[in-house]
Amino acid sequence: METRATLLQVDGLTVALPTRSGYQKAVDGLSFAVDAGQVMGIAGESGSGKTITALSLFGLLPHGARVSGSIRLDGTELLGLGTKQLRAIRGRQIAMVSQDPATALHPILPIGTQLTEHMRHHLGVSKDEALSRAAALLETVRIPDPLQALRSYPGQFSGGMRQRVAIAVALAAEPRLLVADEPTTALDVTVQAGILRLLDRLCRERGMAVIVITHDLGVMSAIARRLYVMYAGRLAEAGPASQLLASPRHPYTQGLLDALPHPEAGGAPLVPIGGSPPSLGNVPAGCPFHPRCRYARPSCATERPEPEPVADQHLLACPPDPLRAAS
Amino acid sequence: MSDPVLQLSAIAVDYGRRGQRIRALDGVDLAVGRGEIVGLVGESGCGKSTLARAAVGLEPLAAGTVTFEGRNVTSLGRRRRPEHLRGLQMVFQDPYESLNPRRTIGELIADGVRLGGGSRTDGRRRAAELLDRVGLPAGAAGSYPHEFSGGQRQRIAIARTLAARPSCLIADEPISALDASAQAQIANLLAELVRDGNLGLVLVSHDLAVVRQVADRVAVMYLGRIVEIGDTETVWASPRHPYTEALVAAIPRADGAGVLPVDLPGDVPDPASPPPGCRFHPRCPVAQDSCRELDQRLALVAGRQIACHVRSGAVPSALPESDG
Repeated sequence: METRATLLQVDGLTVALPTRSGYQKAVDGLSFAVDAGQVMGIAGESGSGKTITALSLFGLLPHGARVSGSIRLDGTELLGLGTKQLRAIRGRQIAMVSQDPATALHPILPIGTQLTEHMRHHLGVSKDEALSRAAALLETVRIPDPLQALRSYPGQFSGGMRQRVAIAVALAAEPRLLVADEPTTALDVTVQAGILRLLDRLCRERGMAVIVITHDLGVMSAIARRLYVMYAGRLAEAGPASQLLASPRHPYTQGLLDALPHPEAGGAPLVPIGGSPPSLGNVPAGCPFHPRCRYARPSCATERPEPEPVADQHLLACPPDPLRAAS
Repeated sequence: MSDPVLQLSAIAVDYGRRGQRIRALDGVDLAVGRGEIVGLVGESGCGKSTLARAAVGLEPLAAGTVTFEGRNVTSLGRRRRPEHLRGLQMVFQDPYESLNPRRTIGELIADGVRLGGGSRTDGRRRAAELLDRVGLPAGAAGSYPHEFSGGQRQRIAIARTLAARPSCLIADEPISALDASAQAQIANLLAELVRDGNLGLVLVSHDLAVVRQVADRVAVMYLGRIVEIGDTETVWASPRHPYTEALVAAIPRADGAGVLPVDLPGDVPDPASPPPGCRFHPRCPVAQDSCRELDQRLALVAGRQIACHVRSGAVPSALPESDG
């Protein structure tokens, strides 16, 4: 069952953060859309602006941040909403799972309280109803003995279990969009596999939309339908995940894929991208990736590339387009 | 292996928790040769970091021996490391915490040289050499750690360990705190240092793909024990222990095929009360009744050692294999 309705539409999102050297753009003219029942992925290294993008959806940017553009959830503009209105949307319409479950859960409140206060506030259900829903949620995220777990504290669970509990808390008010920022980065592959399967199932069964933010392209390949690759706050390449990962066209996407160990490559050395991503305020002119790019030509240092459609639903911000040049 | 640079034999490490004794490592054997990379993998809580720390003397041993360059170095206290142990160095996970933020890179590296008896001038000269060796400009010596990215800091931390002219490195998750492109750079750097300097390297990582790429041999740990060990290619191409199989199947591949990785249900059990018999049996897809009773020991199967009597055929199986 698939719904094609666009749930979230972001246009020209630009976020400038105050630094010692004035305002610097952490996100620069980013546009994307997420459909209900779909997993969308945002990939990029640290400093690429992916976490700031997520925070801007919740109106949780650092103090003094300047935001422009548009973020529409089901047609409602979120930018410019007051605290009270945002509170009604946070948790209820959109919820977040962060990388570190230890900071997402209150250490000295029982799991049951953390799961139910949410539901009672947003859904207005009774305490008993909330508790039985909470137990069912814990079962959904495969916590053994949910009734016992409701009385337990976060410290009594392992890292993988805590992340599953954090996901349960995020799901408590039945949000329509879940934003998962590096949800499995700190976890073992076995636990990661379980959580990816869970997110996939929730999308298919509940029609929930998910934005997964990670630098792990393996995770993207497993669950994301559409993929946005960000570099230095800008979109480098976007398209169907299968297409982007099988035949990447942006040199940065290619570089990220080449840097991964390939199961078939045997003992060959990894092929890293030279250099490191620019920090806030030191983003190179022109194409931000040009100093690290093996296909760069002189114009790349001066002309800023805009995302252009190169194939069906495939956007590319790279005029030299190595794939086109090669053929 | 004729002459291992580091040999761990029957290592046991205990932790105390509320008056209870917990065996974090239980009879682990591991040897590392010169010029060899041994990968140590397993889920969190399996004891791989404890083993790394025990190898360099950061965890007291409840049993077993550590032999470094042919000398028994087991009974060392933490207070003082003898001179010859300087050849055994550790690289830590978080380069943000392992470098003193108030000292320059040059000073940090020169400390290692001076501890080995070198002069200040030696320290400065060698710091420049080592920075070059790990791929940083010599001018970096005058900068402070906060001026560098995670990957660069890990290079600095590695340069500092090299100042002691080690013959063996123990690296505990050296790349897991780094960005994707920095991970590949650091993994390559470590491999290159091992080959060029004929060092031994124990690489602890929960990232199996990276271990596969750089390690010559791989040891898979589960709940304080090694369950499979052998040549990386052999183990990877055809894992024989059901736990190794599950780990390999759980790795998502970035091929765009959209295939969900295979889930291994359950969590690593509490080491305070390990399951009887084979410690993996409660999560094992091919477990038989006998697995609840029989303790598993490593046995040679198809070119690698595994601790699984079902797969090694050490005990005639009462149930058909298709049970899984």
